[in-house]
Amino acid sequence: MEATLPLLILVLPLLMFLFLGLFGKFMSHKWAGIIGTAGMGVTMLMAYYTAYVYFFSGDFVGEDGTRLQYIVFNQDWLALWGNLTIKLGFLLDPISALMLVVITTISFMVHLYSNGYMRDHHGVWETGFQRFYAFLSLFSFSMLGLVVATNIFQMYIFWELVGASSYLLIGFYYTKPSAVSASKKAFIVTRFADLGFLIGILVLSFTTETFDFMSLTSAPVAGVENMYHVDASTARTMLETGAGQMFLGGSLMTWALVLIFMGGMGKSAMMPLHIWLPDAMEGPTPVSALIHAATMVVAGVYLVARLFPLFMINDAMGGAALDIVTVVGALTAFYAAVVACTQLDIKRVLAFSTISQIAFMMVSLGVSRPEVHDNLGYMASMFHLFTHAMFKALLFLGAGALIHAVGSNDYTAMHGLRKRMPITHITFLVGCLAIAGIIPFSGFFSKDEILTACFGNSIIAYVWMSMVAGLTAFYMFRLYYLIFWWKEHKVHEGHHAPKDQPWTMTLPLIILAVVATFAGFVPFGDLVTWNGHPHHGGINWMIASISLCVALLAIGLATIMYRKENPLPERMRHLFPNLWTWARNRFYFDELYMFITHKIIFNSICKPIAWFDRHIIDGTMDAFAAITNKASYAIRGLQSGNVQSYVWVYLIGAIVLGGGTVAVIFLFF
Amino acid sequence: MDFLNNFQLNSLMFLIPSLFMFCCGVYGFLTRRNMIAMLISLELMLNAVDMNFVVFNRFLCPGQMDGMFFTLFAIAIAAAETAVAIAIIINAYRISKDIDVKDLTKMKF
Repeated sequence: MEATLPLLILVLPLLMFLFLGLFGKFMSHKWAGIIGTAGMGVTMLMAYYTAYVYFFSGDFVGEDGTRLQYIVFNQDWLALWGNLTIKLGFLLDPISALMLVVITTISFMVHLYSNGYMRDHHGVWETGFQRFYAFLSLFSFSMLGLVVATNIFQMYIFWELVGASSYLLIGFYYTKPSAVSASKKAFIVTRFADLGFLIGILVLSFTTETFDFMSLTSAPVAGVENMYHVDASTARTMLETGAGQMFLGGSLMTWALVLIFMGGMGKSAMMPLHIWLPDAMEGPTPVSALIHAATMVVAGVYLVARLFPLFMINDAMGGAALDIVTVVGALTAFYAAVVACTQLDIKRVLAFSTISQIAFMMVSLGVSRPEVHDNLGYMASMFHLFTHAMFKALLFLGAGALIHAVGSNDYTAMHGLRKRMPITHITFLVGCLAIAGIIPFSGFFSKDEILTACFGNSIIAYVWMSMVAGLTAFYMFRLYYLIFWWKEHKVHEGHHAPKDQPWTMTLPLIILAVVATFAGFVPFGDLVTWNGHPHHGGINWMIASISLCVALLAIGLATIMYRKENPLPERMRHLFPNLWTWARNRFYFDELYMFITHKIIFNSICKPIAWFDRHIIDGTMDAFAAITNKASYAIRGLQSGNVQSYVWVYLIGAIVLGGGTVAVIFLFF
Repeated sequence: MDFLNNFQLNSLMFLIPSLFMFCCGVYGFLTRRNMIAMLISLELMLNAVDMNFVVFNRFLCPGQMDGMFFTLFAIAIAAAETAVAIAIIINAYRISKDIDVKDLTKMKF
């Protein structure tokens, strides 16, 4: 494949960012929107073509039907010394091709949608509309660069770039204090996680002496075939000697992988580093759909998937990295699902639902083992990533349409909107059915694969995740009924009555609804598997019917409780008052963080440092200044302003110097 | 008139008056309060130095003209300097209606 087209996929969004960022204020809002959307549309078509060529042209399939990794280009970017060279490149393999499609699709939908969303009812554009499009392009560029990274360092660079563009977009309404603090919170929490990521990268590359994914992930495991036909002898020897060393109860490799996973936990909002994601909903809703639902937050999952062979080797060598992924994912999935059942703000419900669904993907990777249906979990995780991106973006864009129409994030201001906003209603319902896992919507297929993988690994994981799946169906339909049913909405008739939004907003909803309905029929096992071998599992009907029953039960419960106004939810709440309060307050995680940072870290670390700074460092500098000041006051009388006194001094000086010179000459010569 | 017949110029005959002139200039510059008087004292010092140049040129290296040229330059520059000084004095007078140097002590700490 020529390198031009893949390069353009990266360059075009970057150019759009520079163009809109530098010249945006000289063009009208309308044209900035059209140009931004068109640029992303072209990028999307190029990404589709690239993915099509990769999957279907047959050029990238080995003799035995294995899909091969392919490096389109890989340039030296920073040559330091020895073999420490940092490269920037473009890696095509099943998961990066998949991510190209997901990112560009969602990004294009969001670009299109924002044309309608970023103005008010009277058609007046938001302030900074061009800036918004510039940042969207920057984000798309960063995210595309992240997924096609050929080495872990390039991934880290783009990883930070997506963090920065996420920060810029969360704080888009920078005059609103809550948005500003939300953006700072997101930045600081993810940066803290990235500290772990960076240390992990250093440990890993120190023991393996390479950054390169091809050499890192192709190290073979006993009993598993060499992946992707790459010469892996170097990495393998390094791993067996260097990374096997023990340190604080774990091998260096386990430590490296756990630290790298910590970076993934921050980005993907895994407990306990999830606290930034609900607050990130302060950003405009299209941003939440693009960054905080479909693409950036799955970067953690993508990272684990990218390094999955390493995790697998670690597991085979007795390390705990994959088990940690499973446990963190399972706890997060349950926690977020419980919290989502009690939130008022519809975007927060969706945010916690996102956390829960990403945790599903993590668990799926965590339970993936070669002996369980040949790593079905890996494929299931990527499948769920794909379907989730579609239906969660759909739900978020639907929520955006509702917020835009009603002017509030709160479902108590919505109730009974189904007749007023029919398109939004139907598409939102499709999204809910997909996430709940009802056949034949896409979520059914991917969730079924995940549950099958869990079942193959351990019965506990299976029961636990099925319960979370039931909760998912419950809270999504609770939200659906509270928005569209419950009771009739009292609104002012006329111009401000909630109604369906303009075509720029409804078209993406319809497209995504269609995709969310049919995405499950994509033959995913043929396209994306951990080692490139096609995987023909098919649906496990026993597990599928059980999970379908669970979902239907949960939906039935939600229907009883929330379809019409009734006192049942109130009574349920009073039955478990503590549980309800704790869930409503997100189990006081924010308060816990506040306690740790303010009471412990500020008091025991920051205060002594501040004292040292104010008294020792500032004191030294102040002393210098005071001495200079005193000295100059003491001698300032010399400059009297009287010319003749200067002449006196000059004369005396001349006489002394002259006399001195003469005396020296007479005495010594 | 033996004295007149044996009379020969020697450098001290010029250097001593020149020194006297210079000391007068210094004394005047230090003691006079009137800025015009100070300027005159300054000119006196300059002239004393000019005389020294000429005398040393004449007695130390009679064939050359370097000292003479220095003197000419010094006279020209002294003229320009006087013009500038007079201008400053006039402006000072406009501001304070006085040219007493004791009153012009604004430029201090």
